[in-house]
Amino acid sequence: MKQYDIVIIGGGPAGLAAAVAAKKAGNDNILILERDHELGGILNQCIHNGFGLHTFKEELTGPEYAYRFIEQVYELGIEYKLNTMVMDISADKVVTAMNREDGMFQIPAKAVILAMGCRERPRGALNIPGYRPAGIFSAGTAQRLVNIEGYMPGREVVILGSGDIGLIMARRMTLEGAKVKVVAELMPYSGGLKRNIVQCLDDYGIPLKLSHTVVDIEGRNHVSAVTIAEVGPDRRPIPGTEERYTCDTLLLSCGLIPENELSRSAGIDMSNITSGPIVNESLETSIPGIFACGNVLHVHDLVDYVSEEASRAGENAVKYINAGCKAHEGSNDIQLVATSGARYTVPSTIDPENMDKLLTVRFRVGDVYKNCYVNVYFNDERIMHNKKRIMAPGEMEQIILQKKKIEEYPDLKTITIKIEKD
Amino acid sequence: MIYDVIIIGAGVTGSAVARELSKYNTNVCVIEKGEDVCSGTSKANSAIIHAGYDCQPGSVMAKMNVRGNAMMGDLAKDLDIPFERNGSLVICIYEEEFGGIKELYERGLKNGVPDLKILNHDECLAIEPNVTDKVVGALYAPTAGIICPFKLNIALAENANVNGVDFRFNTEAEDLKCDENGIWHIRTNNGEYLTRYVVNAAGVYADKFHNMVSNNKIHIRPRRGDYLLLDKTTGGFVKHTIFPQPTKFGKGILVAPTIHGNTLAGPTAIDLDDKEAISTTQDGLDQVIEKATMSVKNLPLRQVITSFAGLRAHEDNHEFILGEVEDAPHFIDCAGIESPGLSSCPAIGEYIGNLLRDKMGLEEKEHWISTRKDVVATADLSIEERNELIKKNPAYGTIICRCESITEGEILDAIHRPLGARSLDGVKRRTRAGMGRCQAGFCSPRVMEILHRELGIPMEQIKKNDIGSEIVLERTKGESK
Repeated sequence: MKQYDIVIIGGGPAGLAAAVAAKKAGNDNILILERDHELGGILNQCIHNGFGLHTFKEELTGPEYAYRFIEQVYELGIEYKLNTMVMDISADKVVTAMNREDGMFQIPAKAVILAMGCRERPRGALNIPGYRPAGIFSAGTAQRLVNIEGYMPGREVVILGSGDIGLIMARRMTLEGAKVKVVAELMPYSGGLKRNIVQCLDDYGIPLKLSHTVVDIEGRNHVSAVTIAEVGPDRRPIPGTEERYTCDTLLLSCGLIPENELSRSAGIDMSNITSGPIVNESLETSIPGIFACGNVLHVHDLVDYVSEEASRAGENAVKYINAGCKAHEGSNDIQLVATSGARYTVPSTIDPENMDKLLTVRFRVGDVYKNCYVNVYFNDERIMHNKKRIMAPGEMEQIILQKKKIEEYPDLKTITIKIEKD
Repeated sequence: MIYDVIIIGAGVTGSAVARELSKYNTNVCVIEKGEDVCSGTSKANSAIIHAGYDCQPGSVMAKMNVRGNAMMGDLAKDLDIPFERNGSLVICIYEEEFGGIKELYERGLKNGVPDLKILNHDECLAIEPNVTDKVVGALYAPTAGIICPFKLNIALAENANVNGVDFRFNTEAEDLKCDENGIWHIRTNNGEYLTRYVVNAAGVYADKFHNMVSNNKIHIRPRRGDYLLLDKTTGGFVKHTIFPQPTKFGKGILVAPTIHGNTLAGPTAIDLDDKEAISTTQDGLDQVIEKATMSVKNLPLRQVITSFAGLRAHEDNHEFILGEVEDAPHFIDCAGIESPGLSSCPAIGEYIGNLLRDKMGLEEKEHWISTRKDVVATADLSIEERNELIKKNPAYGTIICRCESITEGEILDAIHRPLGARSLDGVKRRTRAGMGRCQAGFCSPRVMEILHRELGIPMEQIKKNDIGSEIVLERTKGESK
C-alpha cells in the first residue's frame, strides 16, 4: 500500500475542506477515506437550499455546496478511496481501513485528520416507551430514503425533536404530500435554527409544541398512533396532558452525536460536553498529529463553519508535518473556560506561540438568553463585552481572539467566557 | 400429505424439539405464525443460561434446567454459536435476608447444581467490583452462562431444516381437531395441515391450543418483562450475571453482560391479559432503573441504546407442562415454558424427542448432520483472515453496519443460508447488523437494498419483521413518474 503524509477520515464537508486546504498549503501526499460510494457526505441528501451564504455569498443546495469542494479535490488531484471503511486508528497514527478491492490495509500516516461527522440519537437512547414497530425513523434516515432512494416512509407524520434535520424533513414530507401533524420538542426551546422553524414549520402551518415529548407509540407491526404529553421543568410528562395523534410515521430529531468510536479507541482525550475530542488552537487532539474538525469535533449549526474550521485543520496538519512532526510542548498553554451559560469552547487550550493573528473560538449556550452579554475574561479582567439580542442552544456562538491582545498579558492562564446580564 | 409430527411454534422450544426429531426417519413440519423463527418469547428475554438453583426441587423445571445447562456447552459447539459460562451471583443486601441465600444454596444442591458457593461481602466485591457496596453476601453459581438467544434459536431451526424438517412461516394455527382415524387436522390461515402427532410449543398461546383439545384446562398469563440494553462501551461493567434475591414474581431484575459485550438490565414482571402487548411503559422502564441500581453502583444509564419488552408464558402453577395430554392422544404439550425456558430448551428437546421416539417407534437416520457453521463473524478475524475471505468474496470487504462492523458478505450469507433472513430483523438476528448503538439508522436503507436485490422483493414490501411491518410506503412523487 502506498504511503501518505496526511490521511483524512471522511469525505464529507469537513474532510473535503481539510484536504483542499492541506493541498493548497503545500502537501501533495494526501488521502481521503470515505465510506460511502461518493464524496460529499451527508450534504448529498440535503437537497434543500440555504448552504454557503457565508462561504460563497450565495444560497446553494447541499449537493451543490459539496460539489464546490469536490471539484477542487478533482482539480488538485487529491487522492481518495470510496466505499472504504476505516476500522481503526492507532495512537501512533496507523490507519486500518477496508474495501472490496484492497481488502483490509494499513497506512502509517504522519498526520491524521478526523472528519467522521456525527450520527443521530436513536429512539432507544431516548427511552421512549411503547411498541417497537416499523415506521420509526431518525430524521436523517428518512431523509436518505426520500431524497436518495426515492421512497416515502408514510403519509401521516409526527416528529419528535426540533433539530434542523427534523424541521427540514417536516417541510420535505409535506411537499411530498404527507401530513405532518405536530413537532414535539422536549425542551422549552427548539434545537434548530430559527430560520428553519419559520421556513419549514410556520410557512406550512405545522404546530411546534415545546416542552412536549412522546409518551406512547402504538402499533404491533407498524406505527398506528403516537401520544405526546407536556413535560414539567423536570422533563417528566405531566399526567392529564396527553394528546393522541393517529399516524403511520414517527421521525426523531433529538440531537446529534459526534461519531468518535475511532477517536476513543485511539486513546484521544474526549470532552464530556461536546462528545468530541479536546483540541488546542491548532485543532490538534491530545495525540500529536491527529487533528479534528467538523461535526466529529462538535456539532455545528452551519456547514460554512465546518468548512472554515476544517480548512484550518488541514493547514495545521501541514504545518505540523513541515515542522518535523514534533509534539506540542504545552507549557505556556492558556486554558479556555466556558461557564455561566456557556457550555463549552472549541478549542479548549491556546498556545499563543502557535496561534494565528486571529483565532475564532466557538461555543454554544445552554439555554435561551435574551439581551445578555458574552463577556470574556483574561484571568479575572473582563476584556470583551458583546451584547447579544438573543442566544439559543440551537445556534453556535463565537468570539474572535487577537494574538496581539493575548501577548499583552504574559501571565495569562485562563480565558473565561460567561453569559451575563451586564 | 400427512405429517408424522407438526410442531406449533418455531421458538427455541419448538426448534429444539424439531432438531431432536430430525435425528429420526420421520416427517416433521414446524408451523409458525411469525415470518421467521424466534419471533415470540424467544426473541426478548434475559439471554442467560440459568444454573438451576432457583427451581423447586423435584419439579420438571428443575430437572430440565439443570440438564439443559449441562447440555448447552456441547450444543453451542455443535451449532457454532457463542456461549460463555460467566457465572451468576444472587446478591443479598439486607443482613436479615441472608437466610434466603442459604436456602437457595440448599435448593441448588438438591437440584444437582454443581460448584455452588456462598460468598461474603469482600469476596463479592473482589470478583465483581461494581456490585453494590451494601452487598452482604451472595450465592455464586459458576455454571450459569450467557448466550445469544437469536443465534441459539436460529441454529437449532436451521440444523433441523438441513436434516429435513419443513418450516412454514406466516402460518398461524387457528383450530385443531382429531378425526376418527386419529389424524389431527390443523386449520391455519394457509390451509389445513394433517398430522399424526402435534407438539404444542406455542409459547404464550400454548394454553389456547391445549384447551382446544383437553378438558383439563390450563391458563397461561403473559408476564411482561421490560429491559434496557446498554452500549458495548459498557462491556465488562459486570462480568457475572447479578440477580437480586428472588421473589414470588420471579428472579428479579438482573444486570448482566451479554455474550456480545453489551450490558443488559431487566426484566420487570408485569402480568397482562393481552398476549401481544410487547410495548414497554414508562413505569416499567423506571422500575428497571430503580431495581438495577440497587444491585450495582455506577450503572452507566447514559449508554442505553434500546429498550424492549418480552412476554413470559407464565402458567398459573409456574411449572413446565411437558408430555402427552391425558385426554388428547398424540397431542404433546410443551406449555408454560417461561424462565428458565431458554436454559432448558436442549433438555426439553431431548425429553420430547425421546418420548416421541419411544411412542412412535422412530428409527435413527443413518446420516444425521449434527453440526452447522454460523455466519462468519468478520469482526473477530485477523487482517490476514479477512483478506483471505475478501479475496474469495469481495462482499466481505464492504461494511454495511458500521456500529457492529458487519460486512455485506455476512448479510448475503444470512440471506442465502437454509431458513435464511427475509426481513430487516431476520438479517439483524443472524448477523447483528442494526443491533449497535445507532440502532439501524445507518444500515437499514442499505440492508433493504440488499434484500431487494438478492430476493427480488420490491422495496415497498420489505418488512421489519411480520406482515404489516413494511418500512416504506410508496415511491416519492418524482420517482413514481
